[in-house]
Order: sequence, then structure tokens, then C-alpha cells
Amino acid sequence: MTLVTLTAAAVLFSAGTYLILQRSLARVVVGLGLVSHGANLLLLSSSVRTGLPPVVAGGDPQSMADPLPQAMVLTAVVITFGVTAFLLALALRGAILTGTDSVEDDVEDRRIAGAGERS
Amino acid sequence: MSWLPAFVVAFPLLGAGVTLLVRSVAIRRVVTFLGVGGVLAAAVGLLFAVDRDGAVVAQIGDWPAPLGITLIADRFAAIVLSVSASMLLAVLLFATAQLRRGEVDWGFHTKYLALTAGVSLSLLTGDLFTLFVGFEVMLVASYVLLTVRSGVDEIRSTMTYVVINLVASALFLVVIALVYGLTGTVNMADISTRLADVDPNTRLALSMLMLVVFGIKSGLFPLFMWLPDSYPTAPTPVTAVFAGLLTKVGVFVIIRTQTLFFGIDEPSTFLLFVAGATMVVGVLGAIAQNDVKRILSFHIISQIGYMIFGLAMFSIAGLAAAIVYITHHIVVKTGLFLVGGLVESEYGTGALDRTGGLLHRRPVVAALFLPLALSLAGLPPFSGFVAKLALVQEGVALGRGTIVAVSLGVSLLTLFSMTKIWGATFWGEPKEGGGEAGRGMVIATGLVVALSLGVSMIAGPLTDLALRAAADLLEPGRYIRAVLG
Repeated sequence: MTLVTLTAAAVLFSAGTYLILQRSLARVVVGLGLVSHGANLLLLSSSVRTGLPPVVAGGDPQSMADPLPQAMVLTAVVITFGVTAFLLALALRGAILTGTDSVEDDVEDRRIAGAGERS
Repeated sequence: MSWLPAFVVAFPLLGAGVTLLVRSVAIRRVVTFLGVGGVLAAAVGLLFAVDRDGAVVAQIGDWPAPLGITLIADRFAAIVLSVSASMLLAVLLFATAQLRRGEVDWGFHTKYLALTAGVSLSLLTGDLFTLFVGFEVMLVASYVLLTVRSGVDEIRSTMTYVVINLVASALFLVVIALVYGLTGTVNMADISTRLADVDPNTRLALSMLMLVVFGIKSGLFPLFMWLPDSYPTAPTPVTAVFAGLLTKVGVFVIIRTQTLFFGIDEPSTFLLFVAGATMVVGVLGAIAQNDVKRILSFHIISQIGYMIFGLAMFSIAGLAAAIVYITHHIVVKTGLFLVGGLVESEYGTGALDRTGGLLHRRPVVAALFLPLALSLAGLPPFSGFVAKLALVQEGVALGRGTIVAVSLGVSLLTLFSMTKIWGATFWGEPKEGGGEAGRGMVIATGLVVALSLGVSMIAGPLTDLALRAAADLLEPGRYIRAVLG
């Protein structure tokens, strides 16, 4: 079971990294989503113990799953959700202003590259 | 006393909630001043209490230590928090003066208070996952502050900033997963005791991964590329606060994690190399720029190198020098960016070739710039000199000649790039410009300059305090006993 989660996390990380390195912002956002999911899976798989749902009324605590990673993943998911929504709004605003959703070069980079070509 | 660490996090957050509810800008302003002022008062109170009686610990909800969330203020955290809070207050003054001149405030106060709470939480938390949350609170506030004007430039630069920080956050989650898998806890004091039994190679990998995560946040070589692109486009008060505080919170966490978790007690050649490379690349980048704020942004990177230099020596005097350096740098860097903002208000731009002769037009701005610039370069009698002298002395004492030579050379180059700003902006024929910097903005900048001079005035007591803080850092037992009892 752990191996499956770990493999899934690895696949998510590699696919996500590939997408983040693209020029199109839509792909970058999807890539970030994948990478965060990978991290969340890894966090889940770090549970000390798996087992029954950790509900206090549910019986013997020793047979319950470790609740802490679940709580942490829940927090991380919410944060990632919020930031991804913000990023999408930003991408939309950028697309409205410039007409494309590709990441542009730094102003300074363009200036220096231009200076190199002129000389 | 133990409510104070919780107060500095909860109070500004409460204020942020209130600013969302009230309509009147005047009330929002008062609430924000109260919020940030309250944090400053509490931080200074904490500093005195901590220095007298040892670390102040708050167990949230009275859950005992490894189970609940712990907030802990030791000397190091209290020093950094006090300086940060005073800068937050000074910049708030500057922002208020700037906003009076008829601009819309874009809900600035709410985000500013959230940022304050995020900084406090990141500095005081004794729990790795809460540190992640603290960082996110701080970062989300900073994302929104960066995009308040949402023009093409802001969108482009903020995009880089958000993406790189999201990647760093995902890596931070990986660190938390690995640490939890290895030790079964996220309480930092508990991690520190349990990591001692972990295989040294695993610990090294963990240490490097943490360095990457917090290195991205603090702009270490070679992870700094996002910084000079995203800081300069924001409004001046925002850039000043980011430049002064955000990267330094990253450095704070690097120092905290490396000393607390990994029990290193000899100079790390690897970290010294990173420190040297950060200094050199940062300063060379600064020399190539032709805009006041961009030059200053590259100098942030170069200065981070000095702090890591202090850490890398892993000795009491070295860490104390790093702490003095952080104190000096937060003040001076914030001040320089505020001066950059004054220049921009005068000319409508910070581009060096479109400014000139400010010395004749507004001598007071020149008078504010000069001590800060000389302090950044490390000339006596300014605060930068005190900090650099401490670093160099310890570097020589440990026989690390190369890094000492590099740091002195970089100081010279820093001076060169400061004279470049001076020559282009303050000397020369007076040029026509768009406007005039308001009196309130000048006064706020003057306060920061006065504080920076104050740092060199109290250099003796400050160094003693830093030495005590550094001794705490190199003796993790004290931190662990304070948290776990």
C-alpha cells in the first residue's frame, strides 16, 4: 500500500515539475496542483500507523489510524486551494491585460539580451 | 507572561478581522496602528522578560508540549521580532503619509495586519507544521500586497513570486512528511531530541532539503532569481517591508533549524561557500542595474550571504555576529527602500538616468540616504561596521581567510554601487520630476534612519545580548527543556 502511494507521489511530482517548467500559465497552475498533491500523498504516507477511522467513540485507540497527518494534509489542501484560486485569478487578469497566458521574460533580462544583440 | 507569544499572533489577526468590518478609513488606520503597535510593545516586553528569565513558552489550549501547538520566544526570536515590529510600525507611518495624498487604500490595512501576524507566528512557533502555516499566512498577505495595483508589470512579477513560493511550500510539506515519518512528531524540540538517533546520512539529506526550502524563501545562491524581479514593482511601503522582513524570516528559520536539529559544532565549508557565492552574485547583480529599487533588491541577496557567513561558522561569536547583522540589516534595508520611495515620489521613477540633482532639490532626502548607504557598505561608525567587524573577527579567529577576503571585497563593491546611486540621483544637474515627497514620508524615513544610528549607538549591549542569544542557539538543550519541561 505504501509503495503504491509513494509511486503515485513520485509520478505526480515528476509530471508536475514538467508542467511547471512550461511557458503557458495554465499548465504551470495544473503543474503546481500536481506537485502539491504529490506532497500531500507523501505526507499521508508518513503516518505512523494505519487502521480504523480515528473517531474517539470508535473503540480501541491502538487500532486507529494516525490522525495527525490527515489533519495536516487537510490544512495543506485548504491553503493550496486558496492560493491556486488566487493564481488563476492572477493568470486571468494577466491574460485580459496582455492577451496571452504565457510567462514573459523579466524586463531586465530583455534589456540585457537586447544590449548583447546590439553590440 | 506566557500569554504574550500568543498575543502577538492573535492581536493583529483580530485587528485584520476588524478592518474588514469597518467602513471608515480613519478607523481602519487607527486599528492598524493599534495592532502593529501592540505587537511592538509586546515584543519589547518579551525581549526584556526573555533576557531576564529565559524563554517564554505558550502551550496553545493548554495541551502538553509534544501534542499541542507550542509558541516559544527565546532571545533570538524576541530580538528579531522586536526589530521587525518596529520596522512594520515605521513603514505603516510611511504608507499612511503616502496614502493621504488621495490614493485609494485597496484594503491595505487588512493585509498589513495579516502580514504582521504571519511574521510573528513564523518567528515564535515551536512546531514545524505551524511554521508552514505561519509562512503561508505571511506569503498570502504578501501576494495580495504585491498585486494591489494589478497592472501588467505587477501581474508578471507576482506570478513568478507566487509560483516559486508554491513550489517551496510543496517542498516544505515534503520536509514535514519526511520528518514526521522519521520521528513521529512535528514539535521542534521533540524533533531535535529524536533526530539524534537518526542515521547521519539521512540527517544530512534532511538538512540539505531544509536549506533548499528556506533558501528559496530567503534568496540564497542559487535560489535567489525570483527576488530582484518581484520586489521592485510593488508600491514602496510594500517593497520596504518585504525587503526588510520576509527574506530575514527565511534566514531566521535557517538558523533556527540548522542549530536546533542537526547539532553541528564546527564551521561548515559548504555553507561558507554558499554564503560567499550569495554575496558575490548579489553584489555583481546590483552593479549591473540602473534603477534604485532594483539595485537595492540585489543588495538584499548579497547581504543574506553575510548572515549565512555568521551561521556557517557555528560558533557563539559567529552566530552572535549573524544576529547583530540581521538586526542592522532589517533596519537599514527598510530605510534604504523608503528613501528609494522618496526618490520615486520626487521624480515619478527610480531609473538612475532620469533622476539627478536631488541634493539641491531636497537635501533632506540626501541626508537620509547617506548614513544608510554607508552603513550598508559597512563604514564606521555606522551599524553595518559593527556587524561586519564581528563577522570578520570571528572569521579570522577560525582561520577562514578566503571568506573574510570575499566579504571585504563585496563590501567595497557595495560602496561602489552606493556611490553610483549617489552620483546619479543626488549629484548632477537638477532634473525636472513629477512630484514631491510628503513630509510624513520623510519623517517616517527619518525615524528608521534614527533607529539605524541607534543600533550602532547601543552596539555594546546589543552584542552582549546577541552573544547570550547565540549561546542559547548552540545549546539546544535549553530550548528543549523550555518546551518539554
